[in-house]
Amino acid sequence: MAKTLYDKLWEDHLVHQENDGTALIYIDRHLVHEVTSPQAFEGLKLAGRKVWRTSSIVATADHNTPTQGWERGIEGIADETSRLQISTLDANIREVGALAYFPFRDPRQGIVHVIGPEQGVTLPGMTVVCGDSHTSTHGAFACLAHGIGTSEVEHVLATQCLLQKKSKAMRVQVDGVLGRGVSAKDIALALIGKIGTAGGIGYAVEFAGSVIRALSMEGRMTLCNMAIEAGARAGMIAVDDTTIDYLKGRPFAPKASQWERAVAAWRNLKSDEGAYFDAVVVLNAAEFGPQVTWGTSPEMVTGIDGFVPAPEDFADPGKAEGVARALQYMGLTPRTPISQIKIDKVFIGSCTNSRIEDLRAAASVARGRHIAANVKLALVVPGSGLVKRQAEAEGLDKIFIAAGFEWREPGCSMCLAMNDDKLEPGERCASTSNRNFEGRQGNGGRSHLVSPQMAAAAAIAGHFADVRALF
Amino acid sequence: MRKFTQLEGLVAPLDRANVDTDAIIPKQFLKSIKRSGFGQNLFDEWRYMDHGEPGQDASLRLPNPDFVLNQPRYRGAAILLTRDNFGCGSSREHAPWALEDYGFRALVGTSFADIFYNNCFKNGLLPVMLAKSEVEEMFAQADQFPGYKLRINLENQTVTRPDGKTLSFEVDAFRKFCLLNGFDDIGLTLRHAEKIREFEAMRRIEQPWLFAA
Repeated sequence: MAKTLYDKLWEDHLVHQENDGTALIYIDRHLVHEVTSPQAFEGLKLAGRKVWRTSSIVATADHNTPTQGWERGIEGIADETSRLQISTLDANIREVGALAYFPFRDPRQGIVHVIGPEQGVTLPGMTVVCGDSHTSTHGAFACLAHGIGTSEVEHVLATQCLLQKKSKAMRVQVDGVLGRGVSAKDIALALIGKIGTAGGIGYAVEFAGSVIRALSMEGRMTLCNMAIEAGARAGMIAVDDTTIDYLKGRPFAPKASQWERAVAAWRNLKSDEGAYFDAVVVLNAAEFGPQVTWGTSPEMVTGIDGFVPAPEDFADPGKAEGVARALQYMGLTPRTPISQIKIDKVFIGSCTNSRIEDLRAAASVARGRHIAANVKLALVVPGSGLVKRQAEAEGLDKIFIAAGFEWREPGCSMCLAMNDDKLEPGERCASTSNRNFEGRQGNGGRSHLVSPQMAAAAAIAGHFADVRALF
Repeated sequence: MRKFTQLEGLVAPLDRANVDTDAIIPKQFLKSIKRSGFGQNLFDEWRYMDHGEPGQDASLRLPNPDFVLNQPRYRGAAILLTRDNFGCGSSREHAPWALEDYGFRALVGTSFADIFYNNCFKNGLLPVMLAKSEVEEMFAQADQFPGYKLRINLENQTVTRPDGKTLSFEVDAFRKFCLLNGFDDIGLTLRHAEKIREFEAMRRIEQPWLFAA
């Protein structure tokens, strides 16, 4: 029978199955960060259990780490609780061990979903888990990758397995050719606008179609990253030359003797012709341009040439009420053109959009221009130390700094504002991150999700602007 | 884990869709390295007028009188009535920890986000999914009748309303078994340790590149 990529990944990791379909799935890679792991390590210790396979673990500190003042070391982190969480990760990993650990200030430290692929610890055909919902990112490499809770982190530490029921399969097909100024982020937002943030609940999503095949690995990661924002725990993309070219020579990628064998196995990581999907969604690249969210859920989104809607545009009374509440929180008036919404801050970064290609895209817009007078702060936070160094080697930092942006150290930063980078109440931000929830980027802050190019364009204009007009 | 068998509990209706885990427990409280004590910051930004930070004395804070959990009629609620896609967003298990620590033992709604749904079962918290029309009726009844309670029986997979109407819900047999018995699923999984070891040994031979050390 023809199988989906998801079927193949599932079957390749199936250790045991209960009568009701609950399965034990073997976990190849366990990514660990400081926020969702301390209680798991503690639980393990209290129960007198050992880590099953330490060489599956790759750890880093990213959520709490500051993006400036690194020269002062961990003592430079003013918040005592942040410091404790980082030092607790340190102590736990030193005690149990790991395949790799990139502690705070290590040159390779960064956002866990950026460094996994960058180091080649994320490989096709793996199951990848992490106590972080954006683990779906790694599905770009034809992995079965998803976020887990802390109890499951402990379960994986202790058993190298996860208890799971198989999800349904959804195929999201994106046809056509992306226009200039339209990126993977816009595909993700357009998709969520179409199916809603609950549209993917219960599904593992495979992205396919000519647009996906033409995307770089960075773009594919952006798209799979946002699968969770469509409600799907896992997003994935079949292996092709782009995947293999990206991985070749990465520090933890298979070495010469095993490379050919691995590549041969990876070539099968695609859905068979005629495989059955429980749901199919088709998008055409001709139908959407650069996207901007206007509300407090990623599904509250429209094109840059669109308008803020009115609650009465929505027939469902619950939805209308949600829109009214969102507009009040966002301080927006119905029928306002998106391009007239002024911003206070800009954030370019996060596990969605902080890779080298994202920074190049933003820099191409910022080059030779300057941020508008009303923009109080425009932050560029690279996804990892290696991304930062690469960008500096290409002179991107100088472009950003000359344009009035701040060039910071890597980490999650203002995507979730656990460190000092945050919005103040009422501040409006053009953000390349993934969630525009109330308070996400700081208590009372107002987030609009956009692509890196659109964030840079907003920084220059002082309000949302169509990046296509700036080329 | 605490067992869940039956529950008769006061219902608090949270009438909004897409409640995300950032709203359930805001990020500043995620810096704790403990599993307990999150209840006082459950729905912090909606529940209080002032900005919450870890380590505050909750009794000195200003509650938002409009927020449902601050209304005297819902004090002591053990069941939270929810709408579509409850628990979306971040995978933080601090969300079910906060709900459980506050005193909730069950959630009744139309749909729950996948990771959140899963996390609930690890913490003795039962998420019950019912049809939209059934949940809609419960919202109306909870509003209309102060002291509105539901009876949930996990063994029978039923929810019974005060008017005697009984509704059935679905739950995976394995999850039900763990919750009814309060079983720690790590212990259950380790019964298969030998099988896991064999699987792993085979994998190491077939795909050695997955086992770089």
